[in-house]
Amino acid sequence: MTGPVRDPGLQPERTRLAWRRTTLACTVVAVLGVRQALVGGATGAGALAVAASLLAWLGFLAVAHRRVTGMGTARPAPLPPRLALAAVACTVALAVFAAATLF
Amino acid sequence: MSDFTRGLRLWFAPERIREEGDTPDYRFSLANERTFLAWIRTALALIGGGFAVDQFLPGLAWGIRAGLALGLLAAGVLCALRAVGHWVRCERAMRRGEDLPASRFPALLSLVVALVAVAMVVVVVFGWEGR
Repeated sequence: MTGPVRDPGLQPERTRLAWRRTTLACTVVAVLGVRQALVGGATGAGALAVAASLLAWLGFLAVAHRRVTGMGTARPAPLPPRLALAAVACTVALAVFAAATLF
Repeated sequence: MSDFTRGLRLWFAPERIREEGDTPDYRFSLANERTFLAWIRTALALIGGGFAVDQFLPGLAWGIRAGLALGLLAAGVLCALRAVGHWVRCERAMRRGEDLPASRFPALLSLVVALVAVAMVVVVVFGWEGR
């Protein structure tokens, strides 16, 4: 048997797919956030909320991309704490914008 | 108390975790990461539920709608913050070779979700929607 070393349990692939699923969930929430801001009418606060939601979504996308590209080896390094904190910050930001557009 | 301050220090300087113990088997770290991501998805689902209550139930009285949405959003924020805290604690326990930390959070979250569901049933049964 030759070829590149791989994990017999496909752990890196499973983790990569978990990141993909999470990015997808984040996209749905971001779309809901943009819709919420647009339904309220074209106000300055609405534009600000759209920009903030998109920014949080882009941040999550960047984190996921960095992690997924680092997953290419057979034995990836553990998740850097900074990336975990950044992903959580983007999630919390989406919730805060949602609460702000409620009123 | 010292455990609390140490936890707080890990929050603000998470790179310190590398100073402790040995790097565990990469498979354990990846499994911990997937658990973290599953909690983040749960948080995102709660936040999306908060958005959905506000956007797709326009007939609900404003107070009930805002209360439900805020409750779901707060649960989502708590869930996300707790996800990263639990991930750090699990990672540290694995590096030190200790038992994984136990947590009451899943029970708490299921109670909150059950309460929101019961509130929805009450709202529908007593016909408070549509006014």
